[in-house]
Amino acid sequence: MDGVFNALYQFQVSFSLLLLSAIGLAVIFGMMGVINLAHGEFMMLGAYITTIAGTNGAPLALAMLLGALGVGLFGAVMEIVVVRRLYGRLLDTVAATWAVGLILSQGTLILTGPSMQGISSPFGSFSVGATSYSWYRVALGLVSVALLIGLYLLFMKTKYGLRARATIQNPSIARALGVDTPRMYTITFALGSALAGLAGGLFAPTATIVPFFGVNYIVEAFVTVIVGGANALVGTPIAAALLGAVNAALGTEFGLYIGRVGLLLTTIVIIRVLPDGISGLIDRWRMRPTDSRSGR
Amino acid sequence: MGDGDIGTAAATQTITRRRLVRDSALTAGALALASQIDITYALAQDEGPIKVGWLGDRTGDFSVVGIQKFNAANLAVNELNEAGGVLGRELTLVAEDAQSDNQRYQQMTRKLILQDQVDVLHAGFTSASREAIRPIIDQNQVLYFYNNQYEGGVCDSWVFPTGAVPDHQVVPFVPAVMERFGNRFYTIAADYNFGQLTADWFKTTIEAQGGEIIGEEFIPLSVSQFSTSITNIQNAAPDVLIVLLVGIAQSSFYEQKNAAGMQVPMATTINMGQGYEHLRFPPPALNNMYVTVNFMEELAEQLETDFPDRIRALYPDAEYVGMEAAAEYEGINLWALAAEAAGTTEQDAVRQALETNITFEGPAGPVTIDPATHHTIRNIFLVHADEEHNIVLDDTFEAVRPDWLSQEMGCNLAETPDNTQYVPE
Repeated sequence: MDGVFNALYQFQVSFSLLLLSAIGLAVIFGMMGVINLAHGEFMMLGAYITTIAGTNGAPLALAMLLGALGVGLFGAVMEIVVVRRLYGRLLDTVAATWAVGLILSQGTLILTGPSMQGISSPFGSFSVGATSYSWYRVALGLVSVALLIGLYLLFMKTKYGLRARATIQNPSIARALGVDTPRMYTITFALGSALAGLAGGLFAPTATIVPFFGVNYIVEAFVTVIVGGANALVGTPIAAALLGAVNAALGTEFGLYIGRVGLLLTTIVIIRVLPDGISGLIDRWRMRPTDSRSGR
Repeated sequence: MGDGDIGTAAATQTITRRRLVRDSALTAGALALASQIDITYALAQDEGPIKVGWLGDRTGDFSVVGIQKFNAANLAVNELNEAGGVLGRELTLVAEDAQSDNQRYQQMTRKLILQDQVDVLHAGFTSASREAIRPIIDQNQVLYFYNNQYEGGVCDSWVFPTGAVPDHQVVPFVPAVMERFGNRFYTIAADYNFGQLTADWFKTTIEAQGGEIIGEEFIPLSVSQFSTSITNIQNAAPDVLIVLLVGIAQSSFYEQKNAAGMQVPMATTINMGQGYEHLRFPPPALNNMYVTVNFMEELAEQLETDFPDRIRALYPDAEYVGMEAAAEYEGINLWALAAEAAGTTEQDAVRQALETNITFEGPAGPVTIDPATHHTIRNIFLVHADEEHNIVLDDTFEAVRPDWLSQEMGCNLAETPDNTQYVPE
């Protein structure tokens, strides 16, 4: 029984880590085709805003919300000032967003010094058998699921969601039908940024608060997005679940090192077999010929 | 490290290769000329200021400690200049930022030696950075001070490791901890030369004292999530957890083990004294963490030193003054004393002067260079953090000698040149 619980706990820890790290990156990449190399620094910014607000007396949930809002706002400004000018130029956006990332981390180092006192994980711990576990980690798992449901509702049930999906599917037709596509891009980029900021805020109580905070999550984020493919709502959670299961199982059995090796090996195999990631596979399956006429 | 860094590393490598060819050509040319212009060169060297080379991590992963070392190096040079310099000449600190990147360590070491022609080099933080530049040091025969705690064992004619080594930190530490908590140990360590070798040191010492290692895990430097390790440690239920984690990512361990409610006492040779984790993490994450240090600013009052105040007079925003700041300060002063004694900055003469039991009165008492091993004889303090993260001094070990290298490995640099790093069997 203890073993089963431990396996479940470790799985949801890995799952929420991968999902939260990746979701902001996945939204921006999936909806806009922009690879945001400043993603890690956006998370760092969220962690800093959350920590500063938290240590100055704001309740933790409010501090995290401020982190998300602050980074979302920053993302909107960055879209208007930098990213908008580079649409369709993939490598140029990579270089430009990377540069913004470098400015953010080194700027934070200059402004705040090499490190800052963090905030403790709330909620304490509980025991199952001889082992004790963190309630906060369980809370992170629940927040991940809630966030996924929220994103699903946002994209499938709201006017913004409809227009945003129209914009990715065919920008010129969306424009012809009266959708303000540049505004859609700004909002979507801000949303992805806010998700990165929220993830940074959520991880802040579990990590060291330093200007290079983002580096700790960037590999997890990219690997999950690559395995998941372009559809953030479908691909990212499945990828996080798959990679999280591999990582947790191997990590528990053979230690962190093998856990990480397993995660990266799985990634290599999946992108070799499925270059478009898991959501690419699902799209192909959904587009499959359903009867003899359409099947030529 | 992130995806971005892979690109940087590749780019740096090409530059380094190109530069290597260029630098070698320059060196060859310079050597050919040197024989003809020996006299002019010597004159020019004596006129200008003495160049003290400094290379460390002012940015990047290890800047938490690198900035402390940089502050201390500047304090040492300023104070020496205020006291009239060395050999009547002014000192300038030629400082470069290695950005926590070993490729850049190599590049900047070549630059400082070949282009700036520094008279002495104080450099390095991780053992990986030290081993990356040591071949360049030996090839160019420049005095190199590694003012840093490390895993020990470097027996090198040109290298003076002035910080604490396992002789200082592990050998007196293990019996003191066993007496308090018991003899079943579990180790988690960073997976590179420092972590592996220090873990070996603990193992050898613990087994010699009748204790046992019941579990061991080596963790890549980029790992920041420890959930599975925490469970595995709890299942093994050791009396003491030896923690040899390094860098920003791995330092997330403490908050995570605290959140998971893990209570076991911890022993380390690196935490708190270097990266002031007890101030960066909200208590009680480091409650019951025991460490052996050569200095910490919390000990200043007991040691009757104003060293941290002098650092802050120069750098009012300095976040911490730790054990490597003290080692850096002592290293530069030891070199200055030796240069004065030698009457020159000429490399071989200063080296011989350093091998005469030269002693500097540092912030934590006298520091003497052992002529046989080039390591230091120094005072060591066993401290721990309590529940509020106050630093409590538990024990003082006076004038601890770095004798393993000379007695077990036969290192005697005053007699026999060498450039090996020895490891415990």
